Amino acid sequence: MADLIAQYGPVWGFWLGVGQILAIMVMLLLTLAFILLFDRKVWAAVQMRKGPNVVGPFGLFQSFADFIKFVVKEIVIPAGANKTVFILAPLLTFTLAFAAWAVVPIAPGWVISDINVGILYLFAISSLGVYGIIMGGWASNSKYPFLGSLRSAAQMVSYEVSIGFVIITVLLLVGSLNLTTIVDNQKAGVWAWHAFAWPTVFIMFPMFVIFFISALAETNRPPFDLPEAESELVAGYQVEYSSTPYLLFMIGEYLNIVLMCAMISILFLGGWHLPWGPVEQPFLGFLVLYAKIWLVFFMFAMVKAIVPRYRYDQLMRLGWKIFLPTTLVAVAVLAGYVAYNGRPVIGG
Amino acid sequence: MSRIVQAARGALLLDFVGAFALGMKYFFRRKATVNYPFEKNALSPRFRGEHALRRYANGEERCIACKLCEAICPAQAITIEAEPRVDGSRRTTRYDIDMVKCIYCGFCQEACPVDAIVEGPNFEFSTETREELYYDKERLLSNGDRWEREIAKNLELDAPYR
Amino acid sequence: MGLTAIAFYALAAVAVGAALAVISARNPVHSVLFLILTFFSTAGLFVLLGAEFLAMLLVVVYVGAVAVLFLFVVMMLDVNFAELKQGFLSYMPLGALIGLALLAELVLVTSATHGQGHSALAPPVEGTNALAIGRVLYTDYLVLFQLSGLVLFVAMIGAVVLTLRKRTGVKRQSVSRQVGRTRKQAVELKDVKSGQGLS
Repeated sequence: MADLIAQYGPVWGFWLGVGQILAIMVMLLLTLAFILLFDRKVWAAVQMRKGPNVVGPFGLFQSFADFIKFVVKEIVIPAGANKTVFILAPLLTFTLAFAAWAVVPIAPGWVISDINVGILYLFAISSLGVYGIIMGGWASNSKYPFLGSLRSAAQMVSYEVSIGFVIITVLLLVGSLNLTTIVDNQKAGVWAWHAFAWPTVFIMFPMFVIFFISALAETNRPPFDLPEAESELVAGYQVEYSSTPYLLFMIGEYLNIVLMCAMISILFLGGWHLPWGPVEQPFLGFLVLYAKIWLVFFMFAMVKAIVPRYRYDQLMRLGWKIFLPTTLVAVAVLAGYVAYNGRPVIGG
Repeated sequence: MSRIVQAARGALLLDFVGAFALGMKYFFRRKATVNYPFEKNALSPRFRGEHALRRYANGEERCIACKLCEAICPAQAITIEAEPRVDGSRRTTRYDIDMVKCIYCGFCQEACPVDAIVEGPNFEFSTETREELYYDKERLLSNGDRWEREIAKNLELDAPYR
Repeated sequence: MGLTAIAFYALAAVAVGAALAVISARNPVHSVLFLILTFFSTAGLFVLLGAEFLAMLLVVVYVGAVAVLFLFVVMMLDVNFAELKQGFLSYMPLGALIGLALLAELVLVTSATHGQGHSALAPPVEGTNALAIGRVLYTDYLVLFQLSGLVLFVAMIGAVVLTLRKRTGVKRQSVSRQVGRTRKQAVELKDVKSGQGLS
């Protein structure tokens, strides 16, 4: 925003900044409405169902109907709940989910704040996401939510570790924490994308997969949706939530999922660059990144449809005994490679 | 050796790839969904839905107030009171079914010697209040009048198996 | 007063207020939540100083990991507040003494450096500050950095050793064996003759 103020003066610059933020927010919420429907449709299709198809053509307006229903319902706060924290928790989740998007470059030059430590900022914000859940679970003053929030906290902290190491491998290849630089490092086409670039593909493709799986765990998506495992915990930390607070939790959760999709696209799949070459026009770049986000989300939805839920000890074993050592070794090997061979110049 | 194979399978996500292929196969299959309010599944002639009291073709009600249905009803949802009518025949003065209690077991229609009480093919009789589900004789008879054609057909189709 | 100054005073006020709330809140969970707010506003102050790398590290390490464990412990322990409050007065003098000592040290440090041309801001570095920190850590302080890593490693092993105990007679699950089980090992189909049963 500071550069806008410098360019257009304090008043216009400020409002331009606010306008940018609003535009991104509206775009995100609209995306969310349709991605939620997409999620349900994919899930339904794999199970040979049709999914929501009544509200609007092909059920396209289902999410908006759901939204209205959530908003007009009564907010129930349990008598024994800690009111302030109870209300604060969904607000926190919601706000943090939006705050993360401040540094995500959605097209060449289209980013609200192009800070030097962008990737660290994203990592920091996503690590804060656990507070919304843990606060909500504790403030509900009820057993299932509490157990759910404890599970989720342990799970998210565990998988953050492997996410962090995977991010480090990308940083080793790029040499910068800036997200725009990371994307531009992969502009030469599909063979420059970090997930497929030669000769680091042997390390980076597994890292890509590990990041994807960790992202599932980090966002409490199936098969790692233990915090809200219906068969054991009813709905986990969301048990006592209703109406708008529940909606805020939902939006925050799905926004985090979309953020993870965006991060996977940016870190590994070349961001806004086409598979056969770089993209310079902002609008085209935006469309390309958007398509990639939907593609990654399709994978998220498919995983939800086909993979059965993990048991808790399996989850922890996967995080600490498989992903952590694997990523550690990968970081060490890649660091050695970069130190002795120099940073592979990809993207030319 | 098998452990190594297993580790390799796990590392290559072979199980996941297989599941994904299977998932995609089903993804494009024809959907099994019946678009309910607009399309409906075929019902068996034996389907046990909403109750109805039937009449003979001349308009005389079939029920002779034997109270077999009341006796057999496992949920005790049926209440019958009977009195001789002016012409001397035995008829009910009251025939109530508490549709909230009813478990739709079909014992009443099995027990009925004159096929008076039957469970028709209608299953769309939800109401907004509980009181509307306490059916009385008038309601049951009107059900019978409304669904007579379907009920008669179903009884005829099912007759060989009884 | 520019935008930076407003941001500074707002963040500083929140940090101080939240820090006070940490020690005055009745509910320990609230205390931890206020502690997190303090960390967060301090991170904001780091950003204002131009040390965004440090700020992010503070958030990632302290807020994202350490405070979560605090919160975990405090929530699980279900501390009895009344019992805690009982010994409060007897520890008061000691606490006040430690607080005074800290305050005096701070005053000494700031008064010694204040007005002598020293700036609270580090001299501007070339490149990003991640680069600068990395350069300092891996050149000037390499040995100390590695040693501190070693200390943490020893602490970690110590924790593992302290909590690891071998118990006999406990049935354990081996996930890899469970996952590796094939249909052949798990299911046996038998043709049961009627009237004979399974022998």
